[in-house]
Amino acid sequence: MKGFYSRKLHSLLGVIPLGFFILEHMITNFSAVEGGPQGFKDSVAFLNGLPLVLILEIFGIFLPLMYHAIYGLYIAFQAKPNNGRFNNERNLRYLLQRVTGVIVLVFVIWHLYETRVQVALGHVSHEDLGHVMHDIVTNPLFFIFYVIGVLSASFHFANGLWSFLVSWGVTVGPRAQRVSSNICMGLFVIVSIMFVWSLFAFRNAEFQASGEALLQTLRTFIG
Amino acid sequence: MAQTTTAAKKVKFMITRQDQPDSAPYTEEFELSYRPGMNVISALMEIQRNPVNHDGKQTTPVCWESNCLEEVCGACSMVINGKPRQACAALIDKLEQPIRIEPMKTFPVVRDLVIDRSRMFNALKRVKAWIPIDGTYDLGPGPRMPEKKRQWAYELSKCMTCGVCLEACPNVNEKTNFIGPAAISQVRLFNSHPTGEMNKEERLEALMEDGGIEGCGNSQNCVRSCPKGIPLTTSIAEMNKQTTKHMFKRWLSV
Repeated sequence: MKGFYSRKLHSLLGVIPLGFFILEHMITNFSAVEGGPQGFKDSVAFLNGLPLVLILEIFGIFLPLMYHAIYGLYIAFQAKPNNGRFNNERNLRYLLQRVTGVIVLVFVIWHLYETRVQVALGHVSHEDLGHVMHDIVTNPLFFIFYVIGVLSASFHFANGLWSFLVSWGVTVGPRAQRVSSNICMGLFVIVSIMFVWSLFAFRNAEFQASGEALLQTLRTFIG
Repeated sequence: MAQTTTAAKKVKFMITRQDQPDSAPYTEEFELSYRPGMNVISALMEIQRNPVNHDGKQTTPVCWESNCLEEVCGACSMVINGKPRQACAALIDKLEQPIRIEPMKTFPVVRDLVIDRSRMFNALKRVKAWIPIDGTYDLGPGPRMPEKKRQWAYELSKCMTCGVCLEACPNVNEKTNFIGPAAISQVRLFNSHPTGEMNKEERLEALMEDGGIEGCGNSQNCVRSCPKGIPLTTSIAEMNKQTTKHMFKRWLSV
């Protein structure tokens, strides 16, 4: 009986709140494309101006993320992929869902360490996050790592939404599942483009930190 | 004339064998003369009559199971050229050579190609895949089944418990206790029957237990490999819907 509920909870948390969070994060990042450094700063300020923001972060993001990640790892390592024998699209997506899940977990831990943890430790203020991102993504190696991370996250979200609809019994027949698959893959493309575009925007020189001293302090823990 | 040309043709087999349930598997090669219309079962019968391997050495005949020879009993399921299917329906003319034959290793191997499919029958018992009609007095005729429903339910009743869907499923393995697609589809069949419907909660609750429907990972290999063309993924999604509804109903009615 327990397995049924824990799996259902895993599936639900992936969409609410984590699915909403990834869309919110995408929109915030995209403000760097549309509004430049000031636009991004305003978006970050808006988010941090939300009431009870720490509670929202803990119960709306951190705890659901922890549960989804730990239970997800359990699911991923229970699988015995057979894509060599059954080479079809759905089976490939089954494998990718598990592989991207693990990649996203590593990426999210790293990304949290570089941004949210540094803010919590007082090394960086919210206004400096644009500079932090600029310093990270101007390093070609980290840029590639971030691109892989956001692509994996976008796929895991979009494909997870598709299987959420199946496992909650919303899309039952093959036609419904095909249509929702097309919509979800369309969503994957849109979310990926917006995330990657934002990463390119952060590479822009206007995101550079104004003071050289600040840059130096950042370098010490970004590496 | 045609006779002489076909007689010269040979068919090569690579068979994964195993002497004991716990002994190590090994591969043995066989070469048979081609006969028009031969299938994997007739080839195995040929090996049984003359158990000589590719090297010309006398060997033990290869063991396998089969009954109906017309793809309705499910007994001769094995992995042929990488795909789980029924050996009786595997025509040599349509197979790439050498023909690789293995047992369906998702199940315990008894000997050679013989596997133990008990877990499938235990799964049917677990989900109560039957219609209880026994009583202490004559219960009379049950409600009628609408013809429209009968038509799709008939498709589900074609399941022969052959085990191909379990072999194809990446979530049915030694690390999980996932019940597999076949039994989930049978719950849909028996829950759609007008009399079976009277006990539908029992079957749904069986699917909500550990190793039940939550084990599905949506790889959808089952529906692609089912020899009877049963809409297994539709059944799974429908059962997802019904178990979800049942979950909320149970919460709200307490």
